[in-house]
Amino acid sequence: MKLKKFGERIPQSLFFLIALSALSALALITIFIFIEGVPLIAKVGFFNFIFGMKWAPSLGQYGIFPMIVGTVLVTVGAVIIGVPIALCCSIFLAEFAPRQLSMLVRPAIQLLAGIPSVVYGFWGLIFIVPAIRNYLGGPGLSILAGSIILAIMILPTVISISEVSILALPPLLKEGAFALGATHWQTIRSVLLPAAKSGILASIILGIGRAVGETMAVIMVLGNAVALPSSILDPARTLTTNIGIEMGYASGEHQQALFATGIVLLVIIMILNASAQYAIRRK
Amino acid sequence: MRLNPRISQKIAKTVIWFAAIVVLVLLFSIIIYILSKGIPNITWQFLTEIPSDMGRSGGILSCIVGTLSVTLVATVVATPLGVGTAFYLTEYTHESIVTKIIRFSAESLAGIPSIVYGLFGFIFFVIYLKLGWSILSGGLTLAMMILPTIIRTSEEAIHTVHPMYREVSFSLGGTKWQTMIKILIPSALPGIATGIILGIGRCVAETAAVILTAGSALQMPVSIFSPARTMAVHFYILAREGISLEKAFATAALLIILILIINIGANILVNRFVAKSH
Repeated sequence: MKLKKFGERIPQSLFFLIALSALSALALITIFIFIEGVPLIAKVGFFNFIFGMKWAPSLGQYGIFPMIVGTVLVTVGAVIIGVPIALCCSIFLAEFAPRQLSMLVRPAIQLLAGIPSVVYGFWGLIFIVPAIRNYLGGPGLSILAGSIILAIMILPTVISISEVSILALPPLLKEGAFALGATHWQTIRSVLLPAAKSGILASIILGIGRAVGETMAVIMVLGNAVALPSSILDPARTLTTNIGIEMGYASGEHQQALFATGIVLLVIIMILNASAQYAIRRK
Repeated sequence: MRLNPRISQKIAKTVIWFAAIVVLVLLFSIIIYILSKGIPNITWQFLTEIPSDMGRSGGILSCIVGTLSVTLVATVVATPLGVGTAFYLTEYTHESIVTKIIRFSAESLAGIPSIVYGLFGFIFFVIYLKLGWSILSGGLTLAMMILPTIIRTSEEAIHTVHPMYREVSFSLGGTKWQTMIKILIPSALPGIATGIILGIGRCVAETAAVILTAGSALQMPVSIFSPARTMAVHFYILAREGISLEKAFATAALLIILILIINIGANILVNRFVAKSH
């Protein structure tokens, strides 16, 4: 009897240790990125680092403000283009699509999430960039191109999470609205969407997180200029692409500056994640 | 002035259908474009030779091996940790502050950008643990990246096992451990496998995290301590540096085919799982 109990105890504690893996991974990542990056922020000065306008590692100048602006602009563009399409798609899947069709569309959207980001970037380089250059002017490699590619890339995240939150609503809501004589669209607009608000909000926040964090696709279409962009047709650089481009050859202080860029990125993502989780739980 | 409900219904329905069609057309146009440009360049030689002249000629055998070995390391490391965590969360504890912290960590890990994983893997595995740019460094970095996917899907799979199974096993005198090994794992297996397959898909598609941890060497890796270039990294370098468009398309097509197979596999498993649990 005692032996049996003992045998049961081992797995229990072993499982607890295993379950700590996610927490330890998160802690390790945070600690190591901070250890590498904080000395440089301390040296340059927090304010100069965040609001500095000039990034010139060879001159020892590390200001990431243009990249913060780049990240914000590209992300806002992606949200403006991508979110309406994604919401329509999630309403389509949850409410309008015949069962057979949704069985086909869902895996297709899952596939969209599985395509390597470099392939999106390459596709953008071949189709989007020349189109922008020819019809709108500028070099083509631009914030707009980055926004379009990211808009496509955030679709799966926003679609699947908001679809789930619409489907999770109690059927009574819909039946009640129908019983009052509302059309399908009136029901969706004034009953279902408001009721699924927090899930939809979470899906958008997670989509923003994806857009902020994407690197390789954006490197290929953004042009990567370090100057502050003055229009959406200008090339720009984001926080992620700054790391992606320069990590290959950086060393010493320069490398630390890239880790410091990583800290800023990590903090932004953590805030977005926490607010998405808050939105999901709030119901 | 308010729109007539019947008209607004028609407009909304049209817009929504249109959006869905746009997304599908976009998806298929990307896939068909890459496949049609790439498949004609996939030859036997392309699959069985090592790249030469920076990738301008030869094949991508060493990159295929690189992708497979990095993915294998990641899966072998992440699966026991992810499935174990899922079992701990569902079977070994009640909802408490500890489970909340674990779930929060997993969700946060899922949101961390791959380039940050790359930075971390570089400083921790490559430099600090002195593993160098290697299959091992790349695989371990990817393992951390796919851990949350495996935890979440396994947890869902275990949740869907009917509580009756557990109760019957316990009533027959089965211990928690026996119930888990003989009852829960077999019934949740397709769901768990789906999570692993999705993780594999992420490993195959990943570029940013791998290029900083496994490197971009073109030689054939000889052990898990060798540096390696995965197919996604190879494609990125070919396309970005304009080395060879033809080889880039072929590599991309091969990647897409692999992702297609992985996705179809995951879907078959999910459907079987759903059919079984109802």
